[in-house]
Amino acid sequence: MNRKKTETKKLNPGEYYKQDIYIPPTGRYIAISLIIALTINFLPLPQHVLFFRPDLVALTLIYWSVNHPHKIGMSVAFVMGLLMDVGNTSILGQHALAYCVAIYLTLVLGRRLRIFNLLQQAPQIGLILLVMQIVIVLIAVLGGSRLPGWSYFFATVAGTLLWVPLSVLLNAPLKQKSDPNTL
Amino acid sequence: MKTAPQFFRHGPGPFARLFVFILLSCLLIAEDLRFKFFPEIRQTIGIVIFPLQKVAYLPTNVYDQIEELLANLYLLEENIKLRQQYLEDREQLLTVHTLQTENEHLRQLLGAVQYIETNTEAKAVLADILYTPRDPFNHKITLNKGHYHGIQLGQPVIDDKGIIGQITQLYPWSSEVTLLIDKNHSVPVQVLRNSLRSVVTGTGKKDELELRYLSVSTDIQQGDLLVTSGIGGVYPTGIPVAMVQRIERDPVDDFVQIISKPIAGVDRNRQVLVLSLVQPSPSDSIEMPEIESKKN
Repeated sequence: MNRKKTETKKLNPGEYYKQDIYIPPTGRYIAISLIIALTINFLPLPQHVLFFRPDLVALTLIYWSVNHPHKIGMSVAFVMGLLMDVGNTSILGQHALAYCVAIYLTLVLGRRLRIFNLLQQAPQIGLILLVMQIVIVLIAVLGGSRLPGWSYFFATVAGTLLWVPLSVLLNAPLKQKSDPNTL
Repeated sequence: MKTAPQFFRHGPGPFARLFVFILLSCLLIAEDLRFKFFPEIRQTIGIVIFPLQKVAYLPTNVYDQIEELLANLYLLEENIKLRQQYLEDREQLLTVHTLQTENEHLRQLLGAVQYIETNTEAKAVLADILYTPRDPFNHKITLNKGHYHGIQLGQPVIDDKGIIGQITQLYPWSSEVTLLIDKNHSVPVQVLRNSLRSVVTGTGKKDELELRYLSVSTDIQQGDLLVTSGIGGVYPTGIPVAMVQRIERDPVDDFVQIISKPIAGVDRNRQVLVLSLVQPSPSDSIEMPEIESKKN
């Protein structure tokens, strides 16, 4: 039964046309996406909205690291983290370290993550985000801050929910317009 | 033993790389928390991200302008209201003048020559809040005016009701304000009712300030207004800081626990005033040991 299915699939070239072909992202595209994410992170918002605001820079970094691990390294994450630290007026090195840990996790888990579809990926990304936020909290406590309430981790939930839309959004401009009649 | 030839150059493995970056981050964290040898790092990165912060502020700016346009429609009404307010205030001002001259006279009689010289005629710079940090650990805000606009380290920042905080980090076109509620921030205050002097310190919690080291028998009540005492010369005299909210007298402790609430909208405003005292006194560093880095 199964075999039959694959065979019919092979015989039907129309199926392949329906599949999208994505061109690999250029370095410039990745850089622009990161800069936009950073700008969105800097948006001035009232305090109660801030709890739900996912760290878009982290999500974008994780997205590129999962899907194109050779295009983006830990050094990029480190630099983005430093920019976040200064913009965020936090301890210098706090976000940098957290982002590096997140990228390390995606490098280790990336190959496994890629075989799941986006919806299945989301909770696993949530776990990476959680580890990242725990690192941030630990460094903040080291610096003498008090522990934040549980509401702090709403940002992780928001990040998990944003994984699918963000992935689709980041991948959309890379879709190649395949026209079967060109050749 | 021959190792397998390397087909693809990978560089060090992920863990080795992570280790290097963890070391680097730890160095930076230690530098930032303890030593502060290189404030230039922060300065440079601050200049790099400034355009992004500016872009992020654009939507708010547009919103403000639209609001202003709409507000123009109500100007007439507001004008009448303000005029009325002015007349009322005028009357109070007259009494203040008479009180001031009377006070001066009494002072001279008492021979109170040596009182702390704080210049209350402060010059103010209006600044917009460019950015508030995302995570709840740091109670700081970034303003859109910096060194270039004549702002200096240590200047007090107020809104229409009272003190918000103090400038603690300066960039060329922006600056950071440490809010009253920050754990490392203290303001010399006195109770308006009986001029009891003390120092109010942030707790790191939202809307909570603490008066430390006051003995159990101290005369302080719920609802007492705390205003800046002007001692230390950083803050001008008589600006409202906080209202005493809760007093816990526990006979076991030597000190009474006093929790107060900041008067100013510490996390509410969009625009704030940066006061520049015309004569900053030399003893700035006493109140905020953190801003010693004035030299650089």
